[in-house]
Amino acid sequence: MPDGALPVLDVKDLKTVFKTRGGEVHAVNDVSFSLKPGELLGVVGESGSGKSVTMMSLIGLLPSPPAEVRNGTVMFDGDDLLNVDAARMRDIRGGDIGFVFQDPMTSLNPVFTVGMQIAEPLRKHMGMNKKAARARAVELLELVGIPDAERRLDDYPHQFSGGMRQRVMIAIALACDPKVLIADEPTTALDVTIQAQILELMKELRTKLGMAVIWITHDLGVIAGIADRVIVMYGGQIVEHAPVADLFADPQHPYTQALLTTIPSVSGERSKRLTIIEGQPPILGAAPTLCPFRDRCNKRVEICERMMPQRYPVSGQHDAACFHADPGIPKEKAVGHAG
Amino acid sequence: MLDDTNAKPLVSVRDLKMHFPIHAGLLRRRVGEVKAVDGVSFDVMEGETLGLVGESGCGKSTCGRAVLRLYDITAGEISIDGVEIGQMDQSRLRSKRPTMQMVFQDPQASLNPRMPVRDIIQEPLDEHTNLSLSEKREKVLELMDAVGLNRKFATRFPHAFSGGQRQRIGIARALALNPKFIVCDEPIAALDVSIQAQVVNLLEDLQEKLGLTYLFISHDLSMVRHIATRVAVMYLGRIVELAPREALYAEPLHPYTKALLSAVPEPNPALAQKQRVVLTGDVPSPSNPPKGCNFCTRCPVVQDICRTDDPETREVQPGRFVACHFVTPETTTTADPTAGPRSQELNQQGEET
Repeated sequence: MPDGALPVLDVKDLKTVFKTRGGEVHAVNDVSFSLKPGELLGVVGESGSGKSVTMMSLIGLLPSPPAEVRNGTVMFDGDDLLNVDAARMRDIRGGDIGFVFQDPMTSLNPVFTVGMQIAEPLRKHMGMNKKAARARAVELLELVGIPDAERRLDDYPHQFSGGMRQRVMIAIALACDPKVLIADEPTTALDVTIQAQILELMKELRTKLGMAVIWITHDLGVIAGIADRVIVMYGGQIVEHAPVADLFADPQHPYTQALLTTIPSVSGERSKRLTIIEGQPPILGAAPTLCPFRDRCNKRVEICERMMPQRYPVSGQHDAACFHADPGIPKEKAVGHAG
Repeated sequence: MLDDTNAKPLVSVRDLKMHFPIHAGLLRRRVGEVKAVDGVSFDVMEGETLGLVGESGCGKSTCGRAVLRLYDITAGEISIDGVEIGQMDQSRLRSKRPTMQMVFQDPQASLNPRMPVRDIIQEPLDEHTNLSLSEKREKVLELMDAVGLNRKFATRFPHAFSGGQRQRIGIARALALNPKFIVCDEPIAALDVSIQAQVVNLLEDLQEKLGLTYLFISHDLSMVRHIATRVAVMYLGRIVELAPREALYAEPLHPYTKALLSAVPEPNPALAQKQRVVLTGDVPSPSNPPKGCNFCTRCPVVQDICRTDDPETREVQPGRFVACHFVTPETTTTADPTAGPRSQELNQQGEET
């Protein structure tokens, strides 16, 4: 993908808060990122890190109340998605922005045939008639590798296996030639051999259709195999952002570093003992004023108790929200307290 | 850990079968059966961790539960610590429970939300020992220390704990009766990666301290590589390969194991340049397994014999068992394991990535 291309999606300072009876939960805090045409952006983080909520906020899929997008702009195709009216949003969702959810069983409607579910966006967004929509649906099912597509069109979701259902979900998301595809943990519910099939399919479709993809996952292995750039989220914030090779070769944020050492691998050296990250993820009860990882960080320094780190550039497209990456702080001083 | 030369089996399973009936129609007639576990044999040596891996629906959890006789098994022999429990009735089985315990997958669902943690951990002591209340309370606190839970939280309810802490409660409960053998059924599947490592390290520490023997059921091949001494790979109710950890991961022999290992996404891009075997199709239904080898519908190197004859499990190298027509002691004794005609064939047929 060309480096200089204008972003197809540009998110700035997004902030989402849930109002609950127990008080506010600050799920997404000042998240900014952009997506270039044709690029695959990986979003990694553990549960509760705000990765799904961020993407749901973009396309207005969070129920409000309790959710409230407090701040930010989401520029897509000349519109700020946070300020468009409901009708325009409906046009964009499932039209220019497609999405694939984690669990293909609960996100397909069990009482309609998959043919009807694929045809629905085609008729709504593209104004196709029944016959044209059906023909296109067959094409789409073939595209995602479902054998005997013509006949399978009249089957119901329960007649498909998990991997096949996820293929149907992808077919629906691709129906209207989206510019952006948001995939929220699309392979988490699948077995590894089926996951490998879906990953291959996604790589192939991306080159064929040239759309930009946001791929949310908690699996760093999946990210390593598929993404161009990666953002790492923790406690509702982006803590590191880098091209995929840089992230694995030279992680800057202590959380990313720790995360990479906690996961064992099927090849390579087997460590005698797993490295652990002590403690628990933060509870996001208030707007953060300090680094969310500081309580679990083994490189905490004095300044971490006073100020919130910014996202400091490390190199070209690589930045990290950690004082250790801040060029303004002398390295010896920062490393001096490391424990 | 295990000195494998003079290890003796603590658990011996022979030809274990667990079939669940399918009833249908107005009269709920028995129309078939789901062969969840269909003739599985393995030993778990004293002090070792046997990893049991496979994809969902392959019967690994059913196998783990059947070994502890949480089901009335269809056929087979299970001997734990020298006692045959395969056909033992449930009331006699009860007195054997203290030696064998289980840690369940979902710590949310396996803890009673209305019981404080203290009572949850104490329950096995109430059932199986004659200790006084104060002795039991003391034992509970010791167990909480052992699994790294703060004693102060003894009177709290499960909802007040995080996922990793809840799994620690489940482990404490399993340890209460000083068991020898613990079946861990996907104990880390519901946890985040940073918490998974904490629980796995705890299980390893406890094993070392208490001399425990684990059957560790998981679909996470990289975690099994970390924790297991030997690994059994299940597919559609059968064990297709059983081998010491290093040997299995270095050179998988069964075509399914090869595909399974190559499908695991590699988080280290430097190591990710391997060829990938992508299987086509899905796992057949265990109520209607294919004739011949169970894997013949997806196997990249399938031959005619695979569709008619069921391969027997053979010991192809000392300690390595494989159920495949084409993996024999002769094919695996070559100095360079990748030089065999068979593995070349497999690599060519697998899709490259």
